[in-house]
Parts: sequence; structure tokens; C-alpha cells
Amino acid sequence: MNPLRTVFVKEVRDNLRDRRTLLSALLMGPLFGPILFAFVINISLKQSLSDDSEPLDVPVVGREHAPNLIEFLKSHNINITAAPADRAAALKAVKTGEHDLVLVIPETFGAQLADTIPAMVEVISDLANTQAQRQSRRAVRALRSYNQQLAALRLRARGVSPVVLRPLNIDVVDVSTPSGRSALLLGMLSYFFVFALLTGGMNLAIDSTAGERERGSLEPLLCLPVTRDQLIFGKIFAACLFMAVSLGLSLVAFYVMLKFVPLEKLGMTPNFGPGVVAKAFLLFVPFTLLGASLMTLVASFTKSFKEAQTWLSVVLLAPTLPILIVSILMVRPSTELMLIPSLSQHLLLVGLIKNEPVNMLHVLVSVSGTLIIGGMVTLICARLYRREGLLG
Amino acid sequence: MISVNDLRKSFGDIKALDGVSFEAQDGRVTGLLGPNGAGKSTTLRILYTVLKPDSGSATIDGIDVVAESLKARSQIGTLPHASGLYPHLTARENIAYYAKLYGMSCKVVAERVQKIIEQLDIRDFADRRTKGFSQGQRTKVALARALVHEPRNIILDEPSNGLDVMATRSLRALIRDLRSAGKCILFSSHVMQEVAQLCDEIVIIAEGRVALHDSAEGIRNRTGCDDLEDAFVKAINLAGTPL
Repeated sequence: MNPLRTVFVKEVRDNLRDRRTLLSALLMGPLFGPILFAFVINISLKQSLSDDSEPLDVPVVGREHAPNLIEFLKSHNINITAAPADRAAALKAVKTGEHDLVLVIPETFGAQLADTIPAMVEVISDLANTQAQRQSRRAVRALRSYNQQLAALRLRARGVSPVVLRPLNIDVVDVSTPSGRSALLLGMLSYFFVFALLTGGMNLAIDSTAGERERGSLEPLLCLPVTRDQLIFGKIFAACLFMAVSLGLSLVAFYVMLKFVPLEKLGMTPNFGPGVVAKAFLLFVPFTLLGASLMTLVASFTKSFKEAQTWLSVVLLAPTLPILIVSILMVRPSTELMLIPSLSQHLLLVGLIKNEPVNMLHVLVSVSGTLIIGGMVTLICARLYRREGLLG
Repeated sequence: MISVNDLRKSFGDIKALDGVSFEAQDGRVTGLLGPNGAGKSTTLRILYTVLKPDSGSATIDGIDVVAESLKARSQIGTLPHASGLYPHLTARENIAYYAKLYGMSCKVVAERVQKIIEQLDIRDFADRRTKGFSQGQRTKVALARALVHEPRNIILDEPSNGLDVMATRSLRALIRDLRSAGKCILFSSHVMQEVAQLCDEIVIIAEGRVALHDSAEGIRNRTGCDDLEDAFVKAINLAGTPL
């Protein structure tokens, strides 16, 4: 059997029996992303959806001073509930967290309204608390519309049309599609895929240099009539296989997870069916060579398994940098950008999720660019593996 | 046959080898003896080609270890000082992995592995994963791994390190067997008794040079010491001045 294949088969078998590798490659890496994602989405869904559909409970101090306002609020899906005795008690109740929000209507409210002096209404709330913030926003919105209604009535009583107060008619036209909106959120998937891919091969990459050295199995291995290139290539390819499996699992996990997250309620329809999963796999798979060789390269400078793990956690973050920068700057895909590994995969994936037509030139540049860079790093690894100091 | 000719090797400012020459014949056990840091391991590492000499040459059965390192490697069985096993593989799988890398076909591999397992008496733990093996079991598997391709030359770097009495005895018996089979055996040690009991020839190395090369008897005569340990110390002290 070809030595390269022998090394490859041995590494795969060895690592399939290693609980540490299995845990990170087949469980942690692929599932970390989807679980975190589902968690975050569900929380933000709960926050944004609970808003207007459910009645809001608002304790009101001094409700007897403004019966009309109270009626108006009730008609706007706000329940008026029992309130603390006075303003001081209300402040205290909000501070201690007993209430998220208390509305205070002073005694002078009716008189001020009658005299057309701006009548004071207080919304007491703790704005450091996101839930209270949302509730107070809703209460203020209701108060504003009461305010406008009163203003319109007053103008009309003076024979002026309320339209006078609306010189502009502002309308925002949103041309985004549901799948386009989802791309904003699902764009962060790229990171999870790259992360899963890299964690999948991390232990193998460490094992081929620092691990073998620490275990003392490197020296006898180098005494065999096999070139060091064959050894390191076999090991890197085995790491690639684990990375590809981890990537595939992560894609499938996301596919399953998205079925359970009601993204439509956020106005998003992710274009993430089995076809996209398969295409995404093909787009990201070339990255495994670069990932495996990069990790092997970094690990080969370290003295022990632990030291390698520390450095490789930095490598885990490196491919996210271009993704992060581009997400902030909102860069459009271009052929030059397709030369940057991880970034090109990210941009192409976003395109897929948006359901945009695939630019074959971009795909070609991304795949070949990533493979060429991966190949170069692999050759550098081989060079390092050939040096005498390898045994440390 | 292993032949070493004026090997020199420096690591930075440190001269590890300063002109080492000797020959190890087939059918004989040659012991490389010397204090720690004398250059034993460096010599052996050059022989099994993980290090390159700065100058000088070494051949295994006439094959140059630098020019034809792959070919030279296939002529030797090596037990380096650090001979770790793969803990997730069984003893048999560890040995088979090396057998395949020595270039044997799949059919031959199983056969040879079984043969060496019988020969080294590993049967009882051959199909257990090597994680948790005793030092003696480890050494046996590492040795089996090094001998599975039936090499004519065998290089062992301090093989008895960490072995108990029983394991050491069985190692000695194995080395004698290999000698009777006509192999060329070169091993390093800093344990006098072991070398005295086992070796036909002793090469004493000190400060990167060969201080003495003779049989145990010859060394006693030339140093004028009856006790081999005294002879060893004397030889080392005299390193550099020819006896």
C-alpha cells in the first residue's frame, strides 16, 4: 500500500478511537453553532414578537385625574393595573424591580389640560432593563398618539386643519426580500461553518507534530523508509477528512435547526434547503486543505499538546476577521475579494441564502484561490517537517 | 554491517561528535558505552538518519546514510530512546502500521506481524490497546515494531531503560537470539554490567570521541583494571590520549 495512504488510514482510525477528537470534531464543533444560534434567535423572537399583540399591564398612579386618557389607553391594548400609593412609592417600586414601568398622572393634569398648558405625565421606568425599555417605549407611543389626537381636536376647534402640522409625508419603501433580510442574520452562519470545520481537524493537526513528539512516537516514525513528505501529507489529508465531516454535520445541524426556528415571524424566509446545504458544502470544502495545513503549521512550532491547543484557539479566530470586517462594512462581492479564503466562502454563502444567481467566475476564483493558498501552506508544512530540529 | 567513519556534528557551539569512527560486524553485538552527553545518541541518530553529520560518513551494509537515506533506513530496525506507541491502537495494529510503512504488502503484513508477536512473546496483550501498558510491554511492542521487517542491522538506544529484571533478562535473551541469527546489533547503554554480559565488542565514547574499542577482555587488559567499571572510568579520563 502507498505509504501516504497507510498514514492516512492509520490517522483516521486512531482518531476515530480518540474521545477527545470525536467530541470536538463530531459534536462540539458542528453543534455549538446551531445551538447558540437557535438560542439567540429564540430570545430575540420572544422580545420582538411579544410587543403589540399582547396586552401591556401598566400601573397608573392618579388614574382618577385623567379618565379620558385611561379610556384611550385601554382601547390601545393597555391594561390599567393596581399602582403604588404615590409617586415616591412608584419610584421605589420601579427601582426595586417590583414594576417595570409606572405611569404617574399628577393632580394638576386636568387643570393644566383645561388651561392649554402642556400637561405633565410621567413614565417611570428603568431604561437599563431592555424589557422595561420596550414597555416604556410602547406606553410613550400610546401617550404620543393621545397627544396628537388632542392636538388635532384643538386645531379643529380653532378652525385649522390638522394637516397643517404635517408638511411632509414620509414613506419608507423597503425593497428587501424575506430571503434578503434573512441573509443579514444568516450571514453569521459562515463563521460557525468555518469554526466547525477547523475544530474538526484541530486534534489531528496537533497530533501530527506536537502530539507525536510529546508521545515519543515521532522519532521511530522518522526511522522508517518513508519520506517525511508522505508522512505529513497523509496526516494533513486525514485532518481534511475530519474537517469535511465536521463541516457536513454542521450544515445538516443548521438545516434541521432552522426548521424549528420561526424565522418567518421576523419577516425572513431563509433560502437554506437541501440544495443550498449541498452547494455550501462544496463551497467550503476547499477550505479544509488550508485549515488543516495552517493548523499543522502553527502546531509544528509548539512543544506540547497543551501549547499547541493555546495557539490553535487563536487560529480558530483568524478566519473570522475578514468575515467580521466585511459584515460591518457591508462590502459587495467582487472578483478580487474571492481571492481571500473564508471571506470568499462567506460572500458566496450569503449570495446563496439571498437566493441570488450564482456567479460562476466568483466560485471558480474562490475554489481555486483557496486551494492554491492551502497547497502553498501544505508545502511549507512539509518543509518544516523535513528540518532536523523537528525532533526538538 | 555498520561502519562509521570520522563523524563530526555540532549543535551551535557544542561539539557533540568530534571524529567518531568504528565498525559493528554482522553476527556480533557491539555496545556503545559512555557517560551521559558523550555522543552515543547523536551517533545512533545519524545512523538511523534523523540527523545529518556535519562531516564524515556512515554506511549500513555499504549504503550511505546521507546519500541513500531511505534505502539505508529499510536495512535497519530501530529502537530510539523515545519509542512511544499509539495508545488508541492495539499492539498488533501498532506493529502492522510499521510493517506497512516498511513497504510490505497487506498479505505479508498479517503473517509477519503474527510471527514477531510469537517470537517476542507478546501474544497475551497483542490485541489490547497500548494505553496503560507497562514499560516492559511497551518496549517489547516497540521492539517488535522495529524488527517486523526482519532487518539485518539493529540499532537500539538504551533499550533496557526503565525495564525490570525479568524484562531486561528477556531482552538480553532476544538480543542473543538475534546475534545467533547473524544480525549486526549496535546498542547504547551507560550500564556497565549489561554491556559486559552481552557485548562482543565495546566502543567507549567520551566527549564526542572514541576512547576505546575492544572486547571486554581487551579493555580490561589495556586499562590494567580488573573491574570493568574502573576500566570504563579510566578510559574516559584518558579520552583523547591514545592508550
